[in-house]
Amino acid sequence: MTITRDDIIDFVYAEARILDEGRYDEWLALWLEDGHYWMPLDYKQTDPVGETSLLWEDNFMLRLRVERLNGERTFSQKPKSRCHHVIQRPFVDEFDAEAGRFVTNTSMHYVETRLDEQQLLALTAMHELKLVDGALRIANKKVELLNSDAAFRSIQLLP
Amino acid sequence: MKTSDARKLVHGHQVHRDVYTSHEVYVAEMRGVFTNAWIFVGHDSQTPNKGDYITTQIGDQPVIQVRHSDGEIYVLYNRCPHKGTKIAIDRQGNTGKFFRCPYHAWSFKTNGCLLAIPLKKGYTDTGLDQTESAKGLKPVGDVRVYGGFVFARLSETGISFEEFFGDSLSTIDNMLDRSPEGRLEIAGPPLRYMHNCNWKMLVENQTDTCHPMVAHESSAGTAIDIYKQMGEPQPRPPAMQIIAPFMSSYDFFEGMGIRTWPNGHGHTGVNMSIHSDYDAIPGYFEALSAVHGEEKAKAVLDENRHNTVYFPNIMVKGPLQQLRNFIPLGPDKTLVESYVYRLVGAPDRLVEMSAMYNRMINAPTSIVGHDDMEMYERAQEGLMANGLEWVNIQRLYEEGEDFSKEAVENGTTERQMRNQFDAWVKFMDWNGTAAGASE
Repeated sequence: MTITRDDIIDFVYAEARILDEGRYDEWLALWLEDGHYWMPLDYKQTDPVGETSLLWEDNFMLRLRVERLNGERTFSQKPKSRCHHVIQRPFVDEFDAEAGRFVTNTSMHYVETRLDEQQLLALTAMHELKLVDGALRIANKKVELLNSDAAFRSIQLLP
Repeated sequence: MKTSDARKLVHGHQVHRDVYTSHEVYVAEMRGVFTNAWIFVGHDSQTPNKGDYITTQIGDQPVIQVRHSDGEIYVLYNRCPHKGTKIAIDRQGNTGKFFRCPYHAWSFKTNGCLLAIPLKKGYTDTGLDQTESAKGLKPVGDVRVYGGFVFARLSETGISFEEFFGDSLSTIDNMLDRSPEGRLEIAGPPLRYMHNCNWKMLVENQTDTCHPMVAHESSAGTAIDIYKQMGEPQPRPPAMQIIAPFMSSYDFFEGMGIRTWPNGHGHTGVNMSIHSDYDAIPGYFEALSAVHGEEKAKAVLDENRHNTVYFPNIMVKGPLQQLRNFIPLGPDKTLVESYVYRLVGAPDRLVEMSAMYNRMINAPTSIVGHDDMEMYERAQEGLMANGLEWVNIQRLYEEGEDFSKEAVENGTTERQMRNQFDAWVKFMDWNGTAAGASE
């Protein structure tokens, strides 16, 4: 299969839509087993584990996060939150068709709402995608919040 | 409200709801508790060099922690003595040899003393030198650095640091003993999490051992389910070590024990805790034994205090080198700052464990913290209900409890919450001559 830049860009758009529609099992299936979802706490943080991050989650934690959302006794999700991504056209920063490795950089506005509260986060998402068995998968994802050092309310879903 | 009215709001085993909801009570506790007690400010490793400073709050009071040219740490009110402008606005920085007010350029040494005023001749014969403005940035009443942790008392007179904390400092001592060099260092900025509830709800929750298996079933229980579905692989995923113990039984938490000290301090995890069963970190015991000897190293690590509350508003987690600061911003608004520290001389894996715990449990993005916050905020809203006036903290209550002595109890007791309220009344109503006062 030949991957084009449009395929890479379409993938990032499709992932955002899957999250907005709450299709989390499909979302987990996009990931490679050993991938990490990283959300740094500090502006330009370089070490995800030697100091606190907002998120540094492996497959087990992401699965836990998703299965918890479906639980009967997930009290902070009664009622459930909803989210909405508005994304700019991704930059394809690295395109290595031979190795099947692609890196994108995408500006987004992420809105999360529950009850009467709605919060808006501006962020840059970096996706490292790999071509495995003819399909694009997420090898790693990093989300840098514009105001990562602000005092947040709960961020319950996934930017 | 007069601070002396505080006694009417606390009846030993129950507390009036106004304690959590009333703006008048909030103002009174800022003037009572947060003026007369010793309050956490920061850590000395946040201001390692001369001129380094951080800005924070003691209760509702804006303050600066700064390293002066003599190497000492000063805590100054963050308020220009001229027109009131906050001198420093960054959360941290280095001011060099002096602070300069951005409004009229009055400048001050890093111990607060007034250094210079532009066009000073305009004050000739006006009597400026007789005013409080001429003294410069006002220092707080007293400052003490203990094991690197900076505490301050706003009031110029009152209870001494030693008497206020007493034997409760053993938790900080144990945390320092866990470093082969006996020192901690800050490891990155704190998580900052905004809660629409009263600050005391968060503090009380630190020794509430009857909620984890209920409120956190969604995260801890689900983690255990997933682990079983995976066939219980070894080594255990980090989430299983850190989150799963929240599902421990009531029996487990009863057996953990709770210790209370005078002046509102206390800790869960006397005998063991939910932190006791972490996988050993290669090379750490050896490094610690080289300093302490094997016997003491074992004793240091066997101390598995879960949450130590230092009255009024911080929690220290010794086995994980963490500190949580519950900063009151109003009767129904609290900023939580959760710090992790590095054990100097210990393997990096230790601070990685601390950071992991912090983001899994205390982050605004944490699935565990979400359910805690939900409970506090439902309580804040629920307490507006008329017809029920009192909050019950009666579990394992005994008539005539004496909080002036250390006590160890069943780990599900609410005695530590009662201990906090005993201290709350005492420091609300502090007049400088109350029993225990030292000048």
